[in-house]
Amino acid sequence: MNLDFSVLLGREPMIIQGLFLTIKLTLVATLCGFCVGTFCAIGKRGSIAWLRRVCTCYVEAIRNTPLLVQIFLVYFGISNLGLSLNAVTVAMIALTINLGAYTAEIMRAGFDSIERGQLEAAETLGLSKRQIYWHVILKQALERVYPALASQFVLLMLASSICSQISAEELTAVANFIQSDTYRPLETYVVVGLLYVLLSLALRALLWLVGLALFTRRRKLGTLI
Amino acid sequence: MNASFAMGYLTFLLQGALWTVGLSVIALLWGGASALVVALCRISPLRSLRVATALYIQLVQGTPVLVIIFLIYFGLPSLGWSVSPLLAASLSLSIYVSAYLGESWRASIQSVPRAQWETAECLALSRLQRMSKVILPQAVRIATPPTVGFMVQIIKNTSLASIVGFIELVRAGQIINNTIFQPFLIYLLIAILYFGMCYPLSILSRRLEIRGSDKAYA
Repeated sequence: MNLDFSVLLGREPMIIQGLFLTIKLTLVATLCGFCVGTFCAIGKRGSIAWLRRVCTCYVEAIRNTPLLVQIFLVYFGISNLGLSLNAVTVAMIALTINLGAYTAEIMRAGFDSIERGQLEAAETLGLSKRQIYWHVILKQALERVYPALASQFVLLMLASSICSQISAEELTAVANFIQSDTYRPLETYVVVGLLYVLLSLALRALLWLVGLALFTRRRKLGTLI
Repeated sequence: MNASFAMGYLTFLLQGALWTVGLSVIALLWGGASALVVALCRISPLRSLRVATALYIQLVQGTPVLVIIFLIYFGLPSLGWSVSPLLAASLSLSIYVSAYLGESWRASIQSVPRAQWETAECLALSRLQRMSKVILPQAVRIATPPTVGFMVQIIKNTSLASIVGFIELVRAGQIINNTIFQPFLIYLLIAILYFGMCYPLSILSRRLEIRGSDKAYA
């Protein structure tokens, strides 16, 4: 048995393309999923009973079923509706739906952690519910749950590998193609695995920087995050 | 489709669900055993051991489970070991579990109050006795709710074993789908079955957490 990594030489463009699609899937799903999740968290804490129930059902249904099944459901569900979308769009939708549920749970915890006094003060100032969320609660809640949120985003990046199953040509799908082409599975998956490790480190670094840029208040007070 | 036919499909699906449970239990047991080793190595007095485990955790937590499964299922045969889908799935899920649970259990062990460690030391207990008689029994109580919650993740991740051809719930559904061509219906059924397995665990985990925090404040 001998390892031969040279079979991967010359296939860098393909790997890089896969890498970029993984990054694209992650970024789009993170942004959209975060918005969906935040609105869902607000819905869950709202005063409209049926909306609360819908949001709870959505969160529980997604959190208790595998992403693989969700992706297939979206994939076949969309074609059942008579629409034809390409695999990448389907993957983005499925990942967004998935992340939305996890974000909702995390953001709800963040919203709940804001002291009553702040809400009462905001109400006394005559702010509307929307203003209270936007100006008072959102940023503080985000700051408190940011580490949990960041881990969830990294997990989503890793989970995007499952999109290879509906032939979205991201990194894992590229790896599958290369290994069936070269008959060198071990080398291919070792390299791709390491790329994922690097990608997750890079994503963590990026999220840390975003955190530094977003939450400046505590550092001004002289405490470490 | 007549009724007995449909019953046949349903039993096949339920059989698959049984394998999902089986695979989850294997992953939990193997992975849990390795997680304990990982957690203890992470807090070992030997620096090299600590660094090595930290690296292992970093590597596993930075790689998708799917890639680990492929690495073992396709990679090991090229080293001359042939692996069955069941072995590949159990092995890779155990690796996954060992890294995530190991890190979670390390945190539980370290969150046992400092005074307990010091008292045990004052009583001249050896490191082994200290761990097994004083620290771990308390850490188990702290670790239980997150571990139950993590079992949901394990069950969900066993679905990836279908990709290397192990016949658990998803694969069973796909096989049925090959004959009746109703993917949406089948996957909906699969999702419901997964929900039935995971939701009770989610609720249990949440209850345990609430009970635990009540105790902490009492």
